[in-house]
Amino acid sequence: MDKLYSIEAIAIMAAVTAVLRFLPFSVLGNRRTPALITYLGNVLPYAIMGMLVVYCLKDMRFTSAGAFVPQIAAGLLVVLTYVWKRNTLLSIISGTVCYILLVQLVFPG
Amino acid sequence: MRSKNIKRAVKATLPVMAGYLVLGAGFGIVMKANGYGIGWALAMSLFLYAGSMQYIGVGLLTSGVSLLSVALTTLMVNARHLFYGLSMVEKYQDAGAKKPYLIFSLTDETYSIVCSAEKNPDYYFLVSILDQSYWVLGTAIGSVLGSVLRFNTEGIDFALTALFLTVFTNQWLHGKQHFSAVCGVVVSVACLLLFGPDRFLIPAMLIIAAALVSKGYIKKEVKTDG
Repeated sequence: MDKLYSIEAIAIMAAVTAVLRFLPFSVLGNRRTPALITYLGNVLPYAIMGMLVVYCLKDMRFTSAGAFVPQIAAGLLVVLTYVWKRNTLLSIISGTVCYILLVQLVFPG
Repeated sequence: MRSKNIKRAVKATLPVMAGYLVLGAGFGIVMKANGYGIGWALAMSLFLYAGSMQYIGVGLLTSGVSLLSVALTTLMVNARHLFYGLSMVEKYQDAGAKKPYLIFSLTDETYSIVCSAEKNPDYYFLVSILDQSYWVLGTAIGSVLGSVLRFNTEGIDFALTALFLTVFTNQWLHGKQHFSAVCGVVVSVACLLLFGPDRFLIPAMLIIAAALVSKGYIKKEVKTDG
């Protein structure tokens, strides 16, 4: 392990991430919020959550049942239990338990 | 008021706790396996604090790629944080001394909780600091106990996917922005198919932004003065 290189690389990862996080606020933060940003603040979260769901499922493959059935089945269970009971924890726990059982017992390896 | 915020924040972050303890521990274990002990792992979880980037970071550290590649990879993987900031500018506006930490600690999971909560800087702060505590604690556990503890945690990271799915469903049931929700899913899937899993986020973000801005002006949802 090269210590200096490791420190430099971690510092760069931290700095780039921080710049990406702070940039919108430093560009837009100090004056009255433009109408377009107010609008985006209202509509963007919906699109972002959709994008994040796709991001989480991006490695799903349709080549074998084990590479897509657990995600689809557990994902459906989360959505359906949420529509039914409106209880976040219940949906997350049932979906995750279902997923674990599927990947460890039904489709191992 | 304060204890009410604490109770609410703990409850809202329980799914993140499950996911972060396990994924944080996984990160500690991977770091340890590659020769980076607890100090290194904690430094990354404290100062970088970006889940998927930290996992990718281990790969970068051990492969010894150029620092420019490190910067570009980080830019590609974390560009989505621009989006989070853009949509939280107004909500974080009056957070005062808490604001820098709120911005620094805005991960995917923290965003998913604060983005649908009403404007309440104390609550945002509690959610943010609880989430990072889970992540740091998980990292420490993995780093120290990684070689001792051996149980099969495969699949438990689905807790985070499930969290995003419940937020998405909740927004769908309560909000009126179905166009935005559909746009986010459809554009992301299309870009995923076109550009592949490692390159789809940035084009997807650009197209989503363009589509929403156009719709805002065409439907006159952007309230301009006068």
